[in-house]
Amino acid sequence: MQDAKSFKEYKSQIDEALGNDFLRTAMDNFAVAYRTGRANAFANIDDKALIKDIADAKDCAAQNIDELYAKFKEEAEKKGAVVHLAKDAQEANEIIGRIALEEKCKSIVKSKSMTAEETLLNHHLEDLDLQVIETDLGEWIIQLRHEGPSHMVMPAIHLSRHQVSDLFTDVTGKKQDDDIQKLVKVARRELRQKFTQADMGISGGNFAIAESGTVGVVTNEGNARLVTTLPRVHVALMGLDKLTPKLHDALRVLKALPRNATGQALTSYVTWVTGANECATAVDSTKKVHFVFLDNGRRALAKDPLFSQVLRCVRCGACANVCPVYRMVGGHKMGHIYIGAIGLILTYFFHGTDKAKNLVQNCINCGACKEICAGGIDLPGLIKEIHARIQDEEGHPLTSALLGKMMKNRKLFHKFLRIAKHAQKPVAGKDGFIRHLPMIFAPNHDFRALPTVAKVPFRDMWDKVKPAKVANPKHKVAIFSGCVQDFVYPEQSVATVESMRGKDIGLEFPMDQSCCGLPLQMMGEKEACKDVAIQNMEAFENSDCEYILTMCASCASHLKHNYPKMLGHDPKYAVRVQEFADKVIDYSSFMNDVIGVSEDDFLDSKGKKVTYHAPCHLCRGLEVKEAPRELMLKAGLDYIECAEEEVCCGFGGTYSVKFPKVSAQLLSKKMNNIKETGADILLTDCPGCVMQLRGGAKKNGLNVEVHHISELISERRK
Amino acid sequence: MTVDNGNVKLFTEKAGIAGAAVSEVSSLEEAFQYTMDLCGKKEACKLLVSGCEEGLSSKAGELCETKNGKTIAAPALSKKQFSSLGKLCSENGFVLLKDGLRKHLGGIDIGFSFVDHGIAETGSLVLNCRSEELRLATMVSEIHVAVLPKSKIVADSYDLESYMEECMKNADYTSFITGPSRTADIERVLAVGVHGPLELHILLLEGV
Repeated sequence: MQDAKSFKEYKSQIDEALGNDFLRTAMDNFAVAYRTGRANAFANIDDKALIKDIADAKDCAAQNIDELYAKFKEEAEKKGAVVHLAKDAQEANEIIGRIALEEKCKSIVKSKSMTAEETLLNHHLEDLDLQVIETDLGEWIIQLRHEGPSHMVMPAIHLSRHQVSDLFTDVTGKKQDDDIQKLVKVARRELRQKFTQADMGISGGNFAIAESGTVGVVTNEGNARLVTTLPRVHVALMGLDKLTPKLHDALRVLKALPRNATGQALTSYVTWVTGANECATAVDSTKKVHFVFLDNGRRALAKDPLFSQVLRCVRCGACANVCPVYRMVGGHKMGHIYIGAIGLILTYFFHGTDKAKNLVQNCINCGACKEICAGGIDLPGLIKEIHARIQDEEGHPLTSALLGKMMKNRKLFHKFLRIAKHAQKPVAGKDGFIRHLPMIFAPNHDFRALPTVAKVPFRDMWDKVKPAKVANPKHKVAIFSGCVQDFVYPEQSVATVESMRGKDIGLEFPMDQSCCGLPLQMMGEKEACKDVAIQNMEAFENSDCEYILTMCASCASHLKHNYPKMLGHDPKYAVRVQEFADKVIDYSSFMNDVIGVSEDDFLDSKGKKVTYHAPCHLCRGLEVKEAPRELMLKAGLDYIECAEEEVCCGFGGTYSVKFPKVSAQLLSKKMNNIKETGADILLTDCPGCVMQLRGGAKKNGLNVEVHHISELISERRK
Repeated sequence: MTVDNGNVKLFTEKAGIAGAAVSEVSSLEEAFQYTMDLCGKKEACKLLVSGCEEGLSSKAGELCETKNGKTIAAPALSKKQFSSLGKLCSENGFVLLKDGLRKHLGGIDIGFSFVDHGIAETGSLVLNCRSEELRLATMVSEIHVAVLPKSKIVADSYDLESYMEECMKNADYTSFITGPSRTADIERVLAVGVHGPLELHILLLEGV
């Protein structure tokens, strides 16, 4: 459970977590194994189509939550269960506590329920002098340790066998060894005995089928079957978001949930409980069954046009499995009770601003979670939105507000960059890097070398480098350079122009363009972000182009997807912004797919040994995967695939300034993977990634040149 | 009912991946004999149940002592079937239980069941177990032996929708069972039998 009082304290907790070697190794192994496991599990399934179906069905259920609840209640009660609705966590706990007391229960066995974690149910029941035992192995372990889960599906993933062995030694009073198989058997016997005494069983519920009043529970260990069978009273606690009209909806989610969670086709057990079943120890041999639904803000969420998609979450935990930050710091720091990307969002809605405000800043915006989410939730987008909301509620930090003010004014911003060119002189090295970091950067930022601002920005070179006017160009293209390629790496923009030479491309460079605005969005400066978007849109509206070409993956993805999101609902901009967004294209796709360069365009000599880093906003943001690889091969380069090629390099724009240590760790992992390829050159499609990777290579003494792909493509042109 | 060999093949493959042992039997007698052999081989000279050999708290240890002899639970057999299985058990010195399984929570060696359906896509069994005894037999036992007629194997779970919806018209308890009980909660290392059976044996029955 994340309990930092301030952002500073949160950061120091993060830094501490980074030092946990066991956690890091466990997470690394898991992250790599998970990717293969999931791919195998989905081998013959169109996962994108399945996810879309789930999203649509869950959206529809969320819009009919009240009707579904009424139907469920009617059906379940017809079959002997009692159905309750709790408006918040406290009410849910009180209902369950009351049932326990009325039924004279003393001992309770629980199977895993994230909803019970959300309401902190155990504390309430223990205050009523009830004995509560978690029976899921991982949950039992963390209960004994008085901790919360660190993963939604594998709650004790942060612990080593040695820690579990020590814990079990304390619990049994007998010395335990470190053998996992034996420890599991000890848990089996210890917990079996708890089952024999329990009066009440509490479970969660993965599905609540309105048509029949059935609750479906998904487990691997089978404890849910015992929890719902042995005690004479069964209470299932679940969120209203688990309601679904028909069995079919549940079976559909079941096709994705275990595959996405652990790469299994199906868990060992799926238990479908309808009404009050037989129970030998109950009065009349019929079990007392209570289904408790928790609102806790879910009905309000269902009405929110933007955030209702949160209710699509099926709690598979995949967003954590692929999150590069979670992988570094673990669930206790990457969540409050719910962890991972969805945890950052749910914390705000279920546990409040105070618990969420530090957490939401810890998203590097790499989009890995969005790509994998079983409900197709735009997780990074919503996290940013919450960050902005919290700043609106609590006031914007000075630095972010100032940046917003400055960047809204293009001339002022560009003037600042020009001044920086002079101001950096005392620290600028001849190699294009800043020699000593200015004092404003803490030593934590010393993990990468930072580039100097270029002597001449691209916009000042344009007149010299622009190609001669083509009478009847094949394609009319306007370049969007973004700040970095304009002011730091103008050579990348020059290379872009050069690489298109002789292809009949009409090129122009609208001078009124400014920063794309993504850094502002990352900092939660929504209004400034919108202003910048309008300025850019207008700058390009004056140009008669078919394509808006940007060599920065982050800019491209922001311009293409976020501009319509920001402005699309405003009738003044809706059509214009969509026209603008439709024209946006990235460098590799333009060269490979639109111009269609071929082997014949390139030198016959053997090209250099290169490897590639796929920028997050290219491979996921724009779903461009093949174009740069094809381009490298066509250009005759000796391309060697890098391990974890699509994993974030740790840049994340302002993220690396806020969380330098996490960024440094991600970079170091990337560096190791690159080193292993033995390539001489690393290519990528984003100047931000170039900045991070080149700085990292310099600091790590790695003998690898880092370039934007356009530079090698232009170099290899005939 | 007809047998779809493609489904049978896929079921066998997927159940195997999930850790179940799948065999074919041509008759119920053969299934009984399989169960006898399995029970005979199991922990040949030990009466201990899984976990009892480890260091347990005294209370958990007491539960282990409730077990006497090798036990097989088969609550859902017809009278005739039960008596023929019972005969085999007594020849082999095993105790056959039909009910009262709550008295045997310390451990049952084998739970014997007929399952209602198989799902080829995931290698899952579908067991309707409104009867508490049947639920316990298939959960508390260390080995679950399930007889599945080949003709009852469907391609995927959607094919069972109307069957299940029919079941759910009244109070009902249905389980999908895929492989033995498992966990990966400690260091993500797979371990079987954390709560339910350590082994799942599926006997595909011809000609039913």
